Amino acid sequence: MSERATALAGQGNLPPATAHQFDDAVQQHEASGLGMWVFLLTEILFFGGLFTIYTVYRSLYPEAFGHASSTLDIELGTINTAVLIGSSLTMALAVHTAQVSRNGRLVALFLFATIALGSVFLGIKAIEYAQKFHEHHVPGPFFHYEGADPQQSELFFCLYFLMTGLHAIHMVIGVGILGVLGVMALRGRFGPDYYTPVELTGLYWHFVDIVWIFLFPLLYLVERHT
Amino acid sequence: METAERIDPPARADGGTNYLNVNYGVRSWLLTVDHKRIGLLYLGSITVMFALGGFFALLIRLELLTPAGDLVGPDTYNKLFTMHGIIMVFFFLIPSIPATLGNFLIPMMIGARDMAFPKLNLASWYIFIVGALFTLWAVFTGGVDTGWTFYTPYSTVGSHTKVIPVAVGVFINGFSSILTGLNFIVTIHRMRAPGLTWMRLPLFIWALYATSIIFILGTPVIAITLALVGVERAFHIGIFDPALGGDPVLFQHLFWFYSHPAVYIMILPSMGVVSELITCFSRKAPFGYTFIAISSLAIAFLGFLVWGHHMFVAGMSPYAGLIFSFLSFAVAIPSAVKVFNWTATLYKGAIAFKAPMIYALGFIGLFTIGGLTGLFLASLGLDVHVHDTYFVVAHFHYIMVGGALMGYLGGIHFWWPKITGRMYPESLARIAALIVFLGFNLTFFPQFILGYLGMPRRYHSYPDEFQVLNVMSTAGASILGIGYLLPFCYLLWSLRYGERASSNPWGATGLEWQTPSPPPTENFPVTPIVDVPPYHYSEEEAVLV
Amino acid sequence: MLEKLGLLPPAAATHAAQVDALYLFLIGLSGFFALLIGLLIIVFAIRFRRRSEHEIPSPIEGSLVLELTWTIIPFCLTMVIFFWSARVFVSLRTPPRNAIEMFVVGKQWMWKVQHLEGRREINELHVPTGQPIKLTLTSEDVIHSFYVPAFRIKQDAVPGRYTDEWFEATRPGTYHLFCAEFCGTWHSRMIGSIVVMEPADYQAWLSGGTGATGAAEGAASVAASGEALFTSLGCATCHRGESGALGPALGGIVGTKVRLQSGESVEVDDGYLRESILNPQAKIVAGFQPVMPTFKGQVSEEDLLQLITYIKTLRASPGAGGAHRES
Repeated sequence: MSERATALAGQGNLPPATAHQFDDAVQQHEASGLGMWVFLLTEILFFGGLFTIYTVYRSLYPEAFGHASSTLDIELGTINTAVLIGSSLTMALAVHTAQVSRNGRLVALFLFATIALGSVFLGIKAIEYAQKFHEHHVPGPFFHYEGADPQQSELFFCLYFLMTGLHAIHMVIGVGILGVLGVMALRGRFGPDYYTPVELTGLYWHFVDIVWIFLFPLLYLVERHT
Repeated sequence: METAERIDPPARADGGTNYLNVNYGVRSWLLTVDHKRIGLLYLGSITVMFALGGFFALLIRLELLTPAGDLVGPDTYNKLFTMHGIIMVFFFLIPSIPATLGNFLIPMMIGARDMAFPKLNLASWYIFIVGALFTLWAVFTGGVDTGWTFYTPYSTVGSHTKVIPVAVGVFINGFSSILTGLNFIVTIHRMRAPGLTWMRLPLFIWALYATSIIFILGTPVIAITLALVGVERAFHIGIFDPALGGDPVLFQHLFWFYSHPAVYIMILPSMGVVSELITCFSRKAPFGYTFIAISSLAIAFLGFLVWGHHMFVAGMSPYAGLIFSFLSFAVAIPSAVKVFNWTATLYKGAIAFKAPMIYALGFIGLFTIGGLTGLFLASLGLDVHVHDTYFVVAHFHYIMVGGALMGYLGGIHFWWPKITGRMYPESLARIAALIVFLGFNLTFFPQFILGYLGMPRRYHSYPDEFQVLNVMSTAGASILGIGYLLPFCYLLWSLRYGERASSNPWGATGLEWQTPSPPPTENFPVTPIVDVPPYHYSEEEAVLV
Repeated sequence: MLEKLGLLPPAAATHAAQVDALYLFLIGLSGFFALLIGLLIIVFAIRFRRRSEHEIPSPIEGSLVLELTWTIIPFCLTMVIFFWSARVFVSLRTPPRNAIEMFVVGKQWMWKVQHLEGRREINELHVPTGQPIKLTLTSEDVIHSFYVPAFRIKQDAVPGRYTDEWFEATRPGTYHLFCAEFCGTWHSRMIGSIVVMEPADYQAWLSGGTGATGAAEGAASVAASGEALFTSLGCATCHRGESGALGPALGGIVGTKVRLQSGESVEVDDGYLRESILNPQAKIVAGFQPVMPTFKGQVSEEDLLQLITYIKTLRASPGAGGAHRES
């Protein structure tokens, strides 16, 4: 066994199973972590396309974007922001608990709390989307906007639905993965010797949270200073 | 000049137990996690796609024999060149070397048992297949006619063809690329054998590493862009449609932000292959190893900064044009550095003219011409005239066919003994390489002239005075087609009748040649330890001139 | 001579010689380097061919001097090309002040040309020699590109905005006009002719009006048509040119800068006028209410060009309620 693996074994880090391609658990853990960071980098570029389009159109039509933004429900948006940050807290608690204890039920509790908060977020988003639907602010053939620049406002709403929609899709996938992890945690699969899936899902969840931290001001707070 | 005994155990008469015969059956292939088998799954799939894309090219060249549009109707012709482009770019060239040779060789070259994420590797192949099936379904139920560039608003509003399924197919295929790139990066970073430092890596690995960076940073942007084209088309919204307040030039910026680096995805791996071929068949370490390695990274980096050179007459500001032109000249320099270094490697070498070497030397010549004509296109004043003409078509075919494809064929031949345990017929292979080289030049050189004369791209019919050059081009294309058919035939033939290959038939350095041909599933029974520089053909200290 | 050999297209404008010179220089340079590499490869391949199976050459790791040489020299050469081609480009993109304007509207699959004096053409453009001409381009549907190989000029016609290109024809004759941006089924038939004439012949053609292809309307100039539209669409109601009017006075406004409600200032050019007619709320002049209705759907691209041409003929009147101009 390599020196590093021996040293870590002293901390109870002997792997339950190291995949055949890896020399030891340390290599496996490092490779998995690097893989997730590289994946998140690709996600930044993926969302980046939409952020670029947003930047272009907002700088072309600042007033239209400001007016359209003020039709969004800022209370719900703020609540959602708090909910999502809270879910990152429960996620971090889940990762920490798995890192320091074998208490699978506590890990599962935190994971299910994250799922619950994520679901609240998605539920509130659904309410907002329904509101927009009733106001005829959904872009497309049934779009109708009373303000000054309907066409440019429609661009704002396109970006609103595309960006929050893509974000929501990522949340749904995250909630799904968290469900699987929760079940695994209840079965005692995680502990200080092996918590990689929880850690990596935590990275993913925090990333999704950070994307929202950017989306919220860009979409909801465009003209709130007056 | 030294001489040395080559240490190369002879081939076993029965081939031994290796990754090919360790188990049989469709399930053992479709559920494999062995990077070598996955490489072969890709090899089969992209060969099918190449044949289809090539068939469309044949029809295009047949149509262009006469000035009138008399072989197929205009809509059909538009679909032919669109689908030729989409299939060749997204489903052949981009995966070609990385997914076949890269998957097969990266773990072997770095002394690893497999990739970092073998199951993800298999998933990448399945994602590729799903993307290809979407696209093929669209191709065979009506096709798409927007050009592989999908410019709006034609693609979102004007075209009445299967844009959305093809956009979905390319979108899905993008994830195959992204995951492959991710796998390569983690593997190269984390799974090198003890002693294998970065500066001891084969240049092929450096090339694939740089390619993988482009995979992960560029592909997500085209993914979201094509997704938006689909959404805009389906829901009649106007991100890129001026009639609804959008900007069609914004589409072009987003499209080319990926598609320009994509061309470096297509050429960098081939350059990596050429580095391996030149060194092995000169039996000499590469001249300027560090410079060749760093130039791959430089190309990847600079390649992200030049996309606007596709848009000099699109309505972009002239100031932006100046910046993109300047950077486009800059990105030519690292490629030139490689060409000079390869040529210098030949100096005082011991050169053998095996088929792979003929492909490599052909690559250098044709890539040089293609790259130099890139300077014409980077020149603002000149590009105005030749943009969207056959000059551009000739330029990129010189790079992608004369360059990338020849490197791919050279690599397939070079590593064929390792992959299959068989030698291909050498004389026939050399003749085929020469046929490819001649056919290629006859096909595409006349197109430079056609372009400067003013013949636009994507033209179904053309003025009479362009006919002679078009006939030459089609004649060349038939020769080129024969040149491609030959390897297809004799490589398949060699699987059964080819001479059995030893571990290291070429006497090359590199860890992959330290294993039997074909290798066992786990590649190395014991992880090798590396304590020599790369390309250690001579045991003497290398001289710094 | 190269033209006679069929290697160059005809050179019929002042640009052509500039572009051809750059092209030939690049051919020479590329030919030199391609031959150099090719020869070196052939010479090395023969001279250093492997003579025995066990031959092992001495290793040569590299040479910093050589690397720097063949990095710096190509870089310097590319910079020469860059600056030269940039100069040609800037000249290509800077129409002279005395250029006369013509309008081109591309649509699937034809080119509609409008001379300011009133003549219209379809898929043909008659021009005189010795006179700089600036084409303002737009498209009614998808992106097209107005390409004249003999002039070495090309510019995309983009829907939703104006682009322009200019040339000065030098040699009478008929030359190809191609659409150079794929635009659908009949992209390769969206072609036509540029007819270059001596100035006297051109004047005759301009006031003639019989036997030409395309609808040769009566002598109504573009500006006159624009004036008719200005009245019939009711523009004059608000843009009365008096203080207290609902809309800014338009006399002499083209080419000046105006300050907008948002605080920034823009130059009043063709594109701004077009945008303000179609999308009046986008860039409202400071000091005016957002009450202008949109004329989207009521005016075609040609109508817009006529209105803009008319507005350009208006002169400022003293005491007018003008926009807050930037000097």
